[in-house]
Amino acid sequence: MRKKEWKAIITFRTTSDAMAFEKKCKEHTIPGRMIPVPREISAGCGLAWSAPLEERVRMEEFLQSQSTAFEAITELLF
Amino acid sequence: MGIYLDNAATTMQKPDCVIEAVISAMRHMGNSGRGAHEASLDASRVIFEARERLSGLFGLGNPAQVAFTSNSTEALNTAILGLFSPSDHIITTVMEHNSVLRPLYRLQAQGARISFVPCDDKGRLRTDLLETFLGPDTKALICTHASNLTGNANDLTFLGEFCRKHSLLFVVDASQTAGVLPVDMKKQHIDVLCFTGHKGLYGPQGTGGICVREGLFIRPLKSGGSGVHTYLKEHPAQMPTALEAGTLNGHGIAGLHAALGFIRETGPETIHKKEIALMRQFLEGIKEIPDIRLYGDYDTDERAAVVALNIGGYDSSEVSDELAVTYEIYTRPGAHCAPLMHQSMNTVEQGMVRFSFSWFNTEKEVETAVRALCELAKG
Repeated sequence: MRKKEWKAIITFRTTSDAMAFEKKCKEHTIPGRMIPVPREISAGCGLAWSAPLEERVRMEEFLQSQSTAFEAITELLF
Repeated sequence: MGIYLDNAATTMQKPDCVIEAVISAMRHMGNSGRGAHEASLDASRVIFEARERLSGLFGLGNPAQVAFTSNSTEALNTAILGLFSPSDHIITTVMEHNSVLRPLYRLQAQGARISFVPCDDKGRLRTDLLETFLGPDTKALICTHASNLTGNANDLTFLGEFCRKHSLLFVVDASQTAGVLPVDMKKQHIDVLCFTGHKGLYGPQGTGGICVREGLFIRPLKSGGSGVHTYLKEHPAQMPTALEAGTLNGHGIAGLHAALGFIRETGPETIHKKEIALMRQFLEGIKEIPDIRLYGDYDTDERAAVVALNIGGYDSSEVSDELAVTYEIYTRPGAHCAPLMHQSMNTVEQGMVRFSFSWFNTEKEVETAVRALCELAKG
């Protein structure tokens, strides 16, 4: 397995919100990628956006500027 | 393209004839049952022939009793909410998908009594306990043909006989088995069979249906356009129109029609045999890997070609993500919309990594998946 690194994980209420967010990230060259939701956050089905932890502030600003629907941002080793 | 081993979610690779049929339908197909011109008739003919093929495949005996839906979930909601009332008792199992459980919980919130037949430690249904759940208000057994998580299959002949003996309606979710394992509604006393088109039937997503035993009435969830009896205030009660308000997914059904042709020509037994052979090759390859835990009963071939596992204490999401990112092997981690099965197997926290095989997978792909798991298990 890869060495785990600290990440900023953004979760969403729906797949639709996650896809909208991914599209915006791609449009604005925001770093990160979609991952399955890690168990520390939720045991259910779902997607989450994983970005390097050092990007957290930028992610928060981006989320605010885009009025993007999301559930939470969590810092996690993934 | 990566190695696609998530066929229990959807069979991504489809026969060419399915793709060609959808494209062709999008070029010439009108709206079935709306008008008598050739474009509309084209659609009606293909859709009717798809009903015939499904009726034949499932031993229903009457194509008019096949109503199309957008998926199994819609079919199961139609069956569950259209057959039962808050005063009923329904027996179901912990093997069910949320497409069965959630409509049942809705009924439960309105007062219905729901009982869940448990599984043993290999995820096999405790059919020996079935009779203990019977009560004077018991109306039905709702049961999956095979678990979407472990792949374990239930014995429909035995369960159908149980339902016949106790005058229960028998509703079967064939999402994981349609097109692969044999189903005979008449012989197995199945009253309602719900299926999806995009898994073992190799059709497009957005197709599925509900097969209803003749003489059984289901209250429709929807009413609206039917193309017939326009001046009636109520939606027509005749099957299949009764359960098909609104324009059908004709383009998708044209693809499903072609897929059913592919299955008939290839043979469900041949398809199942190949899928199971791939599953066996995978199991043989990973059996020496330490720290792999399997979930399910792999002593029989009467099952879906699914292998659910975990590596040590690793989060299933982490393993699945690693398989996808490093090896381009696509599996499904997490809870698989099967909450009671995970509770039963004590995997709510960890989830499971599910590998599911299809006709289009190859031995070479399985070899690659085995090698990847060997490497991952080393840490």
